[in-house]
This record gives sequence, C-alpha cells and structure tokens, in this order.
Amino acid sequence: MTQSFSFNAENLKKAEGFLKKYPKGREQSALLSLLDLAQTQNGGWLCEGAMAYVADFLKIHPMRVLEVASFYSLFHLKPHGKYHIQVCTTPPCSLSGSDQLLWSCKKWLGIGVGETTADGKFSLIETQCLGACTKGPVVRINQDMYENQTQETLVEVLQTLAER
Amino acid sequence: MRIFQNLHDKGPINFLAAFRRGDFDGTKALLEKGSSWMMDEIKASHLRGRGGAGFPTGQKWSVLPHDSGKPIYLVVNADESEPGTCKDREILRYEPFKLIEGILLAAFAIGAHTAYIYVRGEFEKETVILERALEEVYTHGFLGKNPPKTGWSLDIHIHPGAGAYICGEETALLESLEGKRGMPRLKPPFPGQYGLYGCPTVVNNVETLAVVPTILRRGAAWFQSLGTKESTGTKLFCLTGHVNTPCVVEERMGIPLKELIEKHGGGVRGGWDNLLAVIPGGSSVPMIPKDIATQVTMDFESLQAVQSGLGTGAVIVMDRSTDLVKVIARLARFYKDESCGQCAPCREGTGWMWRILERMAMGQARVEDIDMLLDLTHAIEGHTICALGDAAAWPIQGLVRHFRPHIQERIQRYGRQLGARE
Repeated sequence: MTQSFSFNAENLKKAEGFLKKYPKGREQSALLSLLDLAQTQNGGWLCEGAMAYVADFLKIHPMRVLEVASFYSLFHLKPHGKYHIQVCTTPPCSLSGSDQLLWSCKKWLGIGVGETTADGKFSLIETQCLGACTKGPVVRINQDMYENQTQETLVEVLQTLAER
Repeated sequence: MRIFQNLHDKGPINFLAAFRRGDFDGTKALLEKGSSWMMDEIKASHLRGRGGAGFPTGQKWSVLPHDSGKPIYLVVNADESEPGTCKDREILRYEPFKLIEGILLAAFAIGAHTAYIYVRGEFEKETVILERALEEVYTHGFLGKNPPKTGWSLDIHIHPGAGAYICGEETALLESLEGKRGMPRLKPPFPGQYGLYGCPTVVNNVETLAVVPTILRRGAAWFQSLGTKESTGTKLFCLTGHVNTPCVVEERMGIPLKELIEKHGGGVRGGWDNLLAVIPGGSSVPMIPKDIATQVTMDFESLQAVQSGLGTGAVIVMDRSTDLVKVIARLARFYKDESCGQCAPCREGTGWMWRILERMAMGQARVEDIDMLLDLTHAIEGHTICALGDAAAWPIQGLVRHFRPHIQERIQRYGRQLGARE
C-alpha cells in the first residue's frame, strides 16, 4: 500500500520558493530540490507516496520522478539506518587508509557493506569520491563530513553516535 | 602572485573582509569598459578552462549567437567529483566572493541576466556559505534588478545536485539542471547554441570564473606572464596520496612536478626515491612512472607530450608500497558505478574492465588478458557520447603502458603458486 505524503507548512513554503528560481514552464528544474526536501521530511528516504506527491506538485508523470530518484545516489528508495555511514574508498582515500576504516566499521558495527544494524541505528556503504581528497580518508555520516579519520577516531565517533 | 589569497590565509568570509582583500573593488569601472573589452582581455589572457578539458574560455564566450531572440544563460559547474580533486570546494569555502564577482563579470561579458550555480549535492556546508555570500552581495547592491552598484540586472541561483559524477559533464549538468537524469547530450549542437532550456548557454568551472576578476583588474599581459605559452597563469593543484602534507595550493603553470610535490606536499613519503607513480591530473588521466615524473612540468602541453594530461590538476602520488593494479581496479569500479548507462560500450565495457582488473589484481588471469583488456579500452575510447568512456579507458592504458612487466610478473607468480601454468 502506498504511504500518503504531503509537505508540511514550512516545507511547502520552501518548495514554492524553489519553483521561483526557474523560468515559467520550467518548474521541473526544481525536481532535485523537491525530492531532497521530501526525503528529509520522510526520514531519509523516498517512499512511493512522496514521489507521487512530488510528481503531482510539479504536474509531471510519476515515471519522470522515479527515473530521476533512482538515478542519483543521494536519493534512497529504501530506508537506511538513522546514521548512514558512507566511507569513501576511491583511490586518494584508499591510499591514505580507507580500507582499514571500512574494516573497523564492519567489525565495530557487526554488519557488512550495504547492511543496516538490527536496531536500525547504523547503515554502512562504500561511497565514491566525496571531494575532500586532501583531507582523506573521509567518512560522511548523514550530511556531516569527518575528515582525516583513523580507525581510533572513527570508532570514537561511532561510539558517541551509539550513545545518542 | 597569488590570486586566491584567502585559500592560504583562511581569513573571515564576509563581504567587507573580501572587499578588503580586493574583491568587488571598482567592479563598475570594469563593467564600464564594455563587454567587448572584457572578451578581448580574456581571449588575450589565453585562460583555459580549469574543469579538466582546458578549452579556451574566451573562445567559449565568443561563439554565442546574440540574435536568437532567446535569453542567454551562464551556468557554473561546481559539481566537483573527479577523484583527487577538491579545489572548487576550497574556493566555495574560502573565496566565494571571487566566484560571485567572476559570475557577475562573465554574465555581463556574454549578456546573461540569469546564472545558475550547480553545486554538488554532497557540498551542503559549502552551499550554505555560498548562499550567505550571495545574500550579502545582493544587499550591497551588486545583484538583482537594476542594481545600483553595477546597473546590470543579474540573478544568481544555486541549484544543488544529488550525487552523480556524470553531472560534471556540461551537457549532463544541463539535463540535470532541467530536472532530468544526468545523461550527456549528443554534440553538436553545443551548449553555446543549444544549452539550458534550448537557449545559448555558457558552462564554466568554478575556478575558471573565480580568476576572471583578477585577470580583468591586473590585465591579460600580467596573467600571460605567468605560466607557459600555452598554459598561462596560475592554477590550483591538489596534492593527495602518499605525500607528507596533502594540500590544495596555487602555483604557476609549468612548475616542475617534483618541485610542486617537494615544495608544497612536503615531499613523497619516504623520499623521492620511494616514488612509484603519479596520476598528475585527476583520476581520468593516465599515470606516469617515477622517471617521467622527475622530468615533467605541470602544464597542458608537457603532460600531453608524455601521454598524460593536466586534467583538473589533481596530483595523486603513489609510493612503492602501492598496489597499482588494485588502485586502477578501484578506479575502474568508480567508472562502472558512475557510467550513466546511455552508451553500450561504456555501460558494458566499464563493468568488464573492472572485473578483469579485479582478477588481475590477484594475478588470476592469463598473460594474454592484458592485451584483451587493452583492446577493450580501445573499443570504448572515442565510441561514447561523452568523455566518461575515455576517462575510464585512459587510466588502464597508462597502467599497461608503464607497468606491463609488473602485471605479467604477478600473473606468472600466481600461476607458479598454483603449479599449473608456466
């Protein structure tokens, strides 16, 4: 069954602001911003209802929304952990030790890449270049970047988050 | 000599501080000299695009049709995601006002009244800094409708991306800006004729636009006096990998690679003799081994002469402890993940190359597979709509060109261990 979704008052105002950035008749340009807004309101992922709502909001076919939502890596079509851990393992980071970071994440969390812990608190993925290469290895947790990480500092971060 | 003084000083980020550093100082006087003066000055400076391809900026600006009856757009490419590259992020963080002034001047030069900055989705913090800076510039009367300080109506909007390397390709970026999947368009028509919403559009990299104000203030001759004949001016270089102090630094074009690494990167970990290879311009360019790295200078022409490229100026240094096959296999996985899937050679080929390289990294291959892999790269290179196919092929060609015996040795060793092959 499709979950129903609609923007809350604050987001509705934001969404209308996004539309104003683009010329008349080109409102579809706001699609990425609207999906991002819907995803944040929906707890970090896009349910079918949210996508249908955004399609309706822009008056475009729902398929146009799905194809965009499934194309970009920042949109999630399934729920993930409360803390979504993204370890960059692209060469500049892997040269400075991201493989060990990934290993200690797996070990500490007891899950593999692409999995979520049983309590739904953490999920772990390997990600492509995060664009902070001189500060590597970098880990992104939700929207926060953790730079120059070592196995010890990262485990400390995980511990703090676990206690929250 | 520095253009991006604040990248080094890391001083306060607000309009007044930036003004004291020289941004927005006498902007109106520059505009009063006229758009053709600006265009000529940028052409004379031989500024080349800083996003990787190195296309002459003046030429890009001057091909726009002005009689099409359609609006002209300026689009700023801040979708920085080439592995090894983090220079635009530094500009957004520490010199957002240079970028905004560059957009203002460029928009005036090409006749645009609307500009979009396409910022990579992961750069949330940088987007906030940029938004704040934009707001200040509006308040100080440089932007908006008939702004008092310039008289040139211009609106700048920020458009956040959502995580796709391919959107750094200019036509994919335009598709994404239109709210679609980021799939590159067939060219021609080029964005200059048919860009955003089918209107004439200029797409420029962040660094390219951010140097424009300084060039116009200090003159094309000054900019040309730095660097080499075909690569003028200074450039931001990112030093990553096995250097002692990874950093983003501004240096003149044509600086010897060795000097760049030793002066700013604190040298190679374990000394220069511990160097194995360098990827000199971001993940898409072929690597060069130590003996070439010792000689080469950092400019478009010299790097091209050694069958590599300047790309984005992202220097990835690898010392002798590096497993090069594994590094290239990881890059192959990057391109496989980031291929938009539009062209079969790239969609299928990037996956094949990745799987072959993963096997090769363990030695689990036949010696003939090296040539098969090379053939595969040639089957992809030049047979796709955009350059992602080429970018996936080149690093592998670089590896085989310089380290074939190394791969062979590994395959044979694996064979010996199995006791099966010669």
